[in-house]
Amino acid sequence: MLLREVEYAKPGSVAEALELLAANDGARALAGGQTLINVMKARAASPDMLVDLNGLDDLTGIELAGDGTLTIGAMTTYTELMGSAEAKARPILGEVCATIADVQVRNRGTIGGNVCSNDPTNHLPPLMVSVGARMTIAGADGEREVSAEEFFLGVYLTAVGPGELLTRISIPAGKKDGFAAVTLGADGTCIANAAATVNGSVRVALGCVDAVPVIVTAESADGVADAVRAANLEPPSDVHASSEYRTHLAEVLATRAAQEASAR
Amino acid sequence: MDVTVTVNGTTYERDVEPRKLLIHFLRDDLDLTGSHVGCDTGNCGACSVIVDGVLVKSCMLLAVQANGASIETVEGLAEGDELTPLQLAFNEHHALQCGYCTPGMLMSATALLRENPSPSEDEIAKALQGNICRCTGYWNIVEAVKSVAK
Ligand SMILES: Cc1cc2nc3c(=O)[nH]c(=O)nc-3n(C[C@H](O)[C@H](O)[C@H](O)COP(=O)(O)OP(=O)(O)OC[C@H]3O[C@@H](n4cnc5c(N)ncnc54)[C@H](O)[C@@H]3O)c2cc1C
Ligand code: FES
Ligand code: FES
Repeated sequence: MLLREVEYAKPGSVAEALELLAANDGARALAGGQTLINVMKARAASPDMLVDLNGLDDLTGIELAGDGTLTIGAMTTYTELMGSAEAKARPILGEVCATIADVQVRNRGTIGGNVCSNDPTNHLPPLMVSVGARMTIAGADGEREVSAEEFFLGVYLTAVGPGELLTRISIPAGKKDGFAAVTLGADGTCIANAAATVNGSVRVALGCVDAVPVIVTAESADGVADAVRAANLEPPSDVHASSEYRTHLAEVLATRAAQEASAR
Repeated sequence: MDVTVTVNGTTYERDVEPRKLLIHFLRDDLDLTGSHVGCDTGNCGACSVIVDGVLVKSCMLLAVQANGASIETVEGLAEGDELTPLQLAFNEHHALQCGYCTPGMLMSATALLRENPSPSEDEIAKALQGNICRCTGYWNIVEAVKSVAK
């Protein structure tokens, strides 16, 4: 399909990318393109300019600090993360990335693009919330850091404002994580998903049930189903699942994810 | 925009509109029609090619993004009339019927075998997840790839 006419810019630095985004109202960052190119084909968005982030070294790389904190560049692809020795420090990250779509999508799609698109059915928004990720956002006035809870604001909407970029994500040390999903086919789009982390108590972030991940907490995995019920979810209905069925799945998947996390 | 790419060893220089997808550049501008367009939404894998060693769906990439890259398409697999062992195996194992998915299947399987010359059946299935076939039921494709695994 032919896209609507668009300008293409390949900046040489993050600073230059930020300038291009700030100077052009209709400019959009292009990461892996595995969402944005389709959005442009469907004319759901027609940016005037694409600012290609591929090749910007400052947005790549995975570092593991002495205290176990992982810092992941926004342009890290799922495949890169899965193959990274450093990222094994928090095993759930690579495990979940390995279940996103297929080889070709994983070779291009990026961690930053996944969270910045904030499609409520994506795998990473709930996972980022459960592991306690922090996002670094760069703009004309420098950098700021927000927690994953503050990052996801609505469907396709995040704390990254116009003229800003997500540059990296930092994730604290931890191992007791779980993830469960019911998908359309193996490794397909999520109908419902849940990410859980045990850190004393259990914290579960539910995906696909609201515009942003819904957080529930419980003393242990046994209490998670009650906690989900108490959240009074009102998830959307669509061709794949009714609202009632999604609510049921949320309960089941939250429990599964919490059990996986507790067993580690 | 000026774009220079090397496809299957031949270098091409063309003036390309930024809005053109890589698959259309390959098919329409370079007349390399081996890579197919099945869905145009990143789901079917018929357009799969290898860009700088990385398997991608060429309907999900702009041609201008491939500037400077080395691209491999299905046309580059055979040496003249000499098919690769993988291509011969597709023939022997009836791994194609209409053949629409075959260029993409061959590129995905080629990428897999480079990275992992002795994949298990599960690894083959996982590696071909991004490629849809409406005819064969997949089984013979997996058999073909298995037969050339070391
Ligand atoms: C067939 C198929 C199946 C898929 N299945 C799944 C699935 O099951 N689960 C799942 O989670 N995802 C799935 N995806 C989506 C995929 O994971 C995308 O890669 C991801 O949603 C977006 O990442 P990207 O790097 O491709 O971003 P792009 O498509 O390039 O960008 C997405 C949006 O984020 C913005 N953006 C990107 N990076 C930044 C940044 N650093 N700073 C500011 N803004 C930025 C862009 O401007 C754009 O608006 C699928 C995609 C396809 C094609
Ligand atoms: S045409 Fe590219 S994935 Fe179907
Ligand atoms: S052989 Fe017809 S689609 Fe695969």
